[in-house]
Amino acid sequence: MSAADGNSPALALSARVRTGELSARRAAEEALQAIAASDPLLHCFNAVMADAALAAADAVDRRVAAGEDPGPLAGVPVALKDNLCTRGVPTTCSSRILEGWRPPYDATVVSRIAAAGGIAVGKTNLDEFAMGSSTENSAFGPTRNPWDLDRVPGGSSGGSAAAVAAGLVPLALGSDTGGSIRQPAALCGVVGVKPTYGLVSRYGLVAFASSLDQIGPFATNVGDAALLLEAIAGHDPADSTSIPLDPPRLVASLDHGVEGLRVGVIADFLTDASPSCADAVRRAAEALESAGASIGEVAIPELLHGLSAYYLIAPAEASSNLARYDGVRYGLRVDGPDVEAMNARTRAAGFGAEVKRRIMLGTYVLSAGYYEAYYGQAQRVRTVIVRAFATAYERFDVLLAPTSPSVAFHLGDKTGDPLQMYLSDLFTIPSNLAGHPAMSVPFALGEEAMPVGVQVLAPALAEETMFRTAAVLEAAADERARGPVRPAAPSGARG
Amino acid sequence: MSAAPAAGDALAATVIAGSSGEWEVVVGLEVHCELSTATKLFCGCPNLFGAEPNTHVCPVCLGLPGSLPVLNEGAVERAMRIGAALSCTVRPSTFHRKNYFYPDMPKDYQVTQYDEPINVGGHVELVDGTIVGIVRAHLEEDTGKTTHLGGRGRIHEADYSLVDYNRAGVPLVEIVSAPDIRSAEQARAYVGELRAILVATGASDGRMEEGSLRVDANVSVRRAGSAELGTRCEVKNLNSLRSLGRAIDFEAARQVELVESGGTVVQETRHWDEELGSTSSMRSKEEAFDYRYFQEPDLVPLVPSEEWVSAVAASIGLLPAARRHRLAEAVATDRVPAPIDQVATAVDLGLDELVVAAIGLGADRRLALARAANEAAQRPEDARALDPAAFAGLVGLEASGKLSATQAKTVLAELLAGGGDPAEIAGRLGFKALDDDAVDTLVAEVIAAHPDEWQRYVGGDDKVLQFLLGLVMRETKGRANGKVVAAAFAARRG
Repeated sequence: MSAADGNSPALALSARVRTGELSARRAAEEALQAIAASDPLLHCFNAVMADAALAAADAVDRRVAAGEDPGPLAGVPVALKDNLCTRGVPTTCSSRILEGWRPPYDATVVSRIAAAGGIAVGKTNLDEFAMGSSTENSAFGPTRNPWDLDRVPGGSSGGSAAAVAAGLVPLALGSDTGGSIRQPAALCGVVGVKPTYGLVSRYGLVAFASSLDQIGPFATNVGDAALLLEAIAGHDPADSTSIPLDPPRLVASLDHGVEGLRVGVIADFLTDASPSCADAVRRAAEALESAGASIGEVAIPELLHGLSAYYLIAPAEASSNLARYDGVRYGLRVDGPDVEAMNARTRAAGFGAEVKRRIMLGTYVLSAGYYEAYYGQAQRVRTVIVRAFATAYERFDVLLAPTSPSVAFHLGDKTGDPLQMYLSDLFTIPSNLAGHPAMSVPFALGEEAMPVGVQVLAPALAEETMFRTAAVLEAAADERARGPVRPAAPSGARG
Repeated sequence: MSAAPAAGDALAATVIAGSSGEWEVVVGLEVHCELSTATKLFCGCPNLFGAEPNTHVCPVCLGLPGSLPVLNEGAVERAMRIGAALSCTVRPSTFHRKNYFYPDMPKDYQVTQYDEPINVGGHVELVDGTIVGIVRAHLEEDTGKTTHLGGRGRIHEADYSLVDYNRAGVPLVEIVSAPDIRSAEQARAYVGELRAILVATGASDGRMEEGSLRVDANVSVRRAGSAELGTRCEVKNLNSLRSLGRAIDFEAARQVELVESGGTVVQETRHWDEELGSTSSMRSKEEAFDYRYFQEPDLVPLVPSEEWVSAVAASIGLLPAARRHRLAEAVATDRVPAPIDQVATAVDLGLDELVVAAIGLGADRRLALARAANEAAQRPEDARALDPAAFAGLVGLEASGKLSATQAKTVLAELLAGGGDPAEIAGRLGFKALDDDAVDTLVAEVIAAHPDEWQRYVGGDDKVLQFLLGLVMRETKGRANGKVVAAAFAARRG
């Protein structure tokens, strides 16, 4: 894979900017124009940072002119999920409760992108506080899937996934608490990576569930995703859970292949996936075998308990993380006769239904008398899952699974049934509970010609192996399953 | 209700005489102590008292969305010093979130230690020798400070409230005692001792008036002689040692009266009103917050290495109790124990080194202690800098009768002000003990002028000697040696 590879637009763009062949300003203007043209249809963005982006691009161009190297992301437009703090730019988490709040600081990942020469062009839509799997829980309206505007892009990082899938930006950042990068990546036909917990600093990521949240990249291809992850990874003293290691080197070994690699297909997940999603995994395994890997099936039934444990642990942490939105210091305030009434009215008006549901769930499971039965039990399940993975990784180097049980569903299909919505994350949640890396690679076209992603799972800090595997899958994948695509008119035929 | 203990005796337990018999007071104290770190517990903001409101704040201590805590090593080190000073076991620990809504808490949860605190199981020895057990001493963050305007200064009656977050995130150690305290007097002594320990270890400045030491009291009563604990009430808003003592006495009496009139004490939190001199219910157990504790996912477990724990323990100098023992041992003789109040004062003011050194140089033990605890104590900073040899010399001049007590005190004041040689200072001031003849002449004059008092003295009334002696001293402007004068009177009585 080389920088000139037309299949890695971010790598290619950065190379052209660094040589002076293309100005960063031109690249930024093109991204801004693409956003202006398509976003009214898609609603990927909550805010576009046009002035800041152009100013940053000009700064990159000045460095190039001065003979300096602006960094590996030189001039590459990057979209940021709107739960990443941006100094002076509204950061809403797609919630009314943060109305008017402008962070006085940048998230560590935002600073690192700037330091690498990347250009932040806007803040992308999400399910409110990253709680959801379709981006329909946004207070500002849903994002649409560029493959079919009647369908959801997945979530919660739906805005970032759709922006990359529609070619508005080559790169974007999301956050993944239970699948919020990988599932929308699969549904939009792009690459999405959840790194090892602690590999990327969470400083400046508005917390949903602190022990599960992890920031990661979206790209149209594996190489670009590796490029962005290298730029944002590495120890940050501002995050106590950040692993004290240098960032991994991923791009350099992408083409090293999978010869001799032991790949396990998680059998338990295939029966719960749609025919095309299960079939994609089988064909992915065959492709890896042809490339020299050994393939086996592995039963890890414990993983199916992940969903239940997740819906106790994540809401518990969320109920505490979201307590601070009380109307006292920032964001929305609805006045009341006393401070408790003000708190209650503010939160009643500021939070959407799904956020309230999870705050109530979380408050309940941490309550005196229920803690052991729910939260305590969920933590024990988490330990069981970690052990089950450890056993599987004694026999395999990486695991293969569907990313999502189905292709992108239609807007409104699951909004009335939270449990059906929660099942979207059945295959992605275990990696969050274990703190392991996992990524989704577009592999095939599935039901109704919608893209299908295959998930590569790896043990902690095995990103290098995971990316190598993903690169082989990408080479074997159906080209048509991969963005960017032109936003398409609704298919009409539903169901 | 409680008899004041005689100086030097063990502090007596308070016994309340109720209508149905005698009751004992049982108290356990929770002391919150602000650590004297340069910065806050989880961020780099200055830990300073008295600044312009909301000037020492940042995204972390304001709990802004996306911010994360990073533990301050200096705070951990101070907490470990406290643990070592209280003879606690210093152990690996974790942080939890204590969740409740309050406007002065930026995150609406407090980061504190819950089931795995850094220090467990120690004790404090009071001046009188009483041992008070320490259950735990754990790290946590302070909240901001709310000022309620209008009403009576309480949140529900206020027109509006102002919040200052400068204090939010300041490191605290909460020290929880066992219910080993038996009187208001003991409670005050315990807090005093704790304060001395905190200051001696450098962990805190111990200033109660600035709120760097805050005390809540768990008070219960039980029948005298009973081994079971009664239902306790937690009394808050104790802003001084005086409040602490008054509140304990009030609360104990209230509980006795309540039980004797057929009621039962309910476990609750009560607010001390300094003006009214009474406690009132803040919230009952049923209304108590459900804090929904769970482990703080933004922090990792705190596991200090054994080397660090031992290094911190070794860095702690002699603590007040040990210093009192050392001083008392130096002063006491086989027959006479050391005066405990003077020993305590000397140690409190850091003058014990001076006294021990002077005694080592041959100074009279009791006199050295008395001059340190009474006179030198007026200027503790100067006294701590005093040359032990000069101090020993001064004590020697007085002990040998070369200077009267009054003269010795004047010379000591000069020594403290500017140093020098005590004999030289005495000479410069013209201090020379009167010779025995001159004393005898004066004694004769006083006897002649006050025949009635003299006769009473001759008749065996020793108390009148002080009066006669005083007259001689006045006449000599304190230049006479009291012992010599007393001996002259005694000789004439025959």
